[in-house]
Amino acid sequence: MRLRAPLAIMGLVAAGLAAVPAHAERLIVSVSNHRVTVTPNYSGGELVLFGSVERDDKTPPNRGNYDLVVTVAGPRADMVTRRKERRFGIWINTDSRQFLQVPGYLALFSNRPFDQIASPDVQRRQQLGLNNVLLMQRVGPDYADVVPNDPFRSAFVRLRSEHGLYREATSAVTFLTPTLFRTGIPLPAEVPIGTYNVEIKLFSDGALVTKTDSAFEIVKIGFEQFVATTARQNGLVYGLVTAFMALMTGWMASIVFRKD
Amino acid sequence: MQLYLPIADIPVNVFLVLAMGAAVGFVSGMFGIGGGFLMTPLLIFVGIAPAVAVASVASHIAASSFSGAISYWRRRAIDPLLAAVLLVGGTIGTALGVWTFTFLRSLGQLDLMIALSYVILLTTVGGLMFWEGLRAMLRARGGRAVTLRKPGSHGWIHGLPLKLRFKRSKIYLSVIPVVVVGLVIGFIGAVMGIGGGFILVPLMIYVLRVPTSTVIGTSMVLTLVTMVFATMLHAVTNHLVDAVLALILMIGGVTGAQFGARAGQKIRGEHLRLLLGLLVLAVGIRFAVELVIRPQDLYSIRETGGAPP
Repeated sequence: MRLRAPLAIMGLVAAGLAAVPAHAERLIVSVSNHRVTVTPNYSGGELVLFGSVERDDKTPPNRGNYDLVVTVAGPRADMVTRRKERRFGIWINTDSRQFLQVPGYLALFSNRPFDQIASPDVQRRQQLGLNNVLLMQRVGPDYADVVPNDPFRSAFVRLRSEHGLYREATSAVTFLTPTLFRTGIPLPAEVPIGTYNVEIKLFSDGALVTKTDSAFEIVKIGFEQFVATTARQNGLVYGLVTAFMALMTGWMASIVFRKD
Repeated sequence: MQLYLPIADIPVNVFLVLAMGAAVGFVSGMFGIGGGFLMTPLLIFVGIAPAVAVASVASHIAASSFSGAISYWRRRAIDPLLAAVLLVGGTIGTALGVWTFTFLRSLGQLDLMIALSYVILLTTVGGLMFWEGLRAMLRARGGRAVTLRKPGSHGWIHGLPLKLRFKRSKIYLSVIPVVVVGLVIGFIGAVMGIGGGFILVPLMIYVLRVPTSTVIGTSMVLTLVTMVFATMLHAVTNHLVDAVLALILMIGGVTGAQFGARAGQKIRGEHLRLLLGLLVLAVGIRFAVELVIRPQDLYSIRETGGAPP
């Protein structure tokens, strides 16, 4: 008893640090770059996330086959998905569904298919896979997510995936040693700027063992970003400058190409 | 060379956009029109959102019409009074147009309305121009003189009150139809991203009976002011003007226009009208086809806000 009490306290402290009680593993992760600067000619790139599973003496010795799921979620925004239908012989937007505060970028990586990592129930609860991630919608007066095969939801996920903004890769996480892992986070040219949250979940035998968070930031720098910010914040000044620029260009042309 | 467009939010090839600007500039120089009705569709076809295309092309047309207006001013081919009266209507029309644009955008039907108005306007105007050019050509071939303006023929337009003497154009005309023409051009210019020169010039010649000596120069002044105004309004209300895109278009456009103007002088008037009619018609039909065939993807996504700055 005397020996156990301090151990229990230490265990609690450790559990508090790892934010998941009663488990002894700890995840130590880092992304290769916490601040990604995107220049105008950026055509896509990749971040690397690596980390290790720290075991201590409370870890059941026979536990070894770990599974890892990494979820990267970009800045959130409201989006509308519209569906075209044929009316009066032409195709027009008729029905629409609003997605509330959904991530602009969403990537899910794991070391093997989600079906093999956990049961469908756990997959749903832990939001493993694009089909299980919560995408809040405004459905009439209600706010809810819908079944994965809902036409608007699947169209939304498909369109985002076509731009490389939503992705799912069940072989992207590689274990270099039984406890050391890495994964690449591809960032396409159109990545939205803002803060990206990375959530790393460790599973063993179909159950969540522990999880941890990390984050990185994407900032656009350079003249283009300055233009975009000005356009949004100082519309009048921006309009005046653009109009003036147009007049100057026209005037220059009339001088350069003056025939008489 | 890839360049990122800050407002359109897509990377584009600078040389492609420059070439598009030059090609449209060439055509516009050749026919003496702004070329917005070609530029906006081209931008839409390369993947720029219709709303951004419309707003950015406005500033592009402002540049090309300014360089045109300067050279017409030097040749004293602008009627200042007529331009001023047209502008009264033009300014009101532009403001109404930008307001309509904002309203349709909030309904999610802007793209449809832009496409529909292109179909209606371009096929009608293109068809008329083509037909008129064809008839003029046949008449010229038949050896009869081409008369655009029958002296002494006065339509109902000439019976309207509030008459004003436009000295440089040597016409005596009511201000009402002039203001209405300006209003219509300003409105469609703001909604569709076109200068409206290709509609304005025929309207001024056939309806207002403005002599050809002052018609193009004066129409350019109207285009210039409405497009500067439209640029301002689009920038303030919708934040959709892409200055980087506009600048590339302007540079390509004003250069192309010079060569186009030289080429245009070598072609006969009725042939020119026939060609322009065909071109306008073709763009209109392209839009119509787009609307009628089943789109590749029935779904589309648009961000509606809530994004962090």
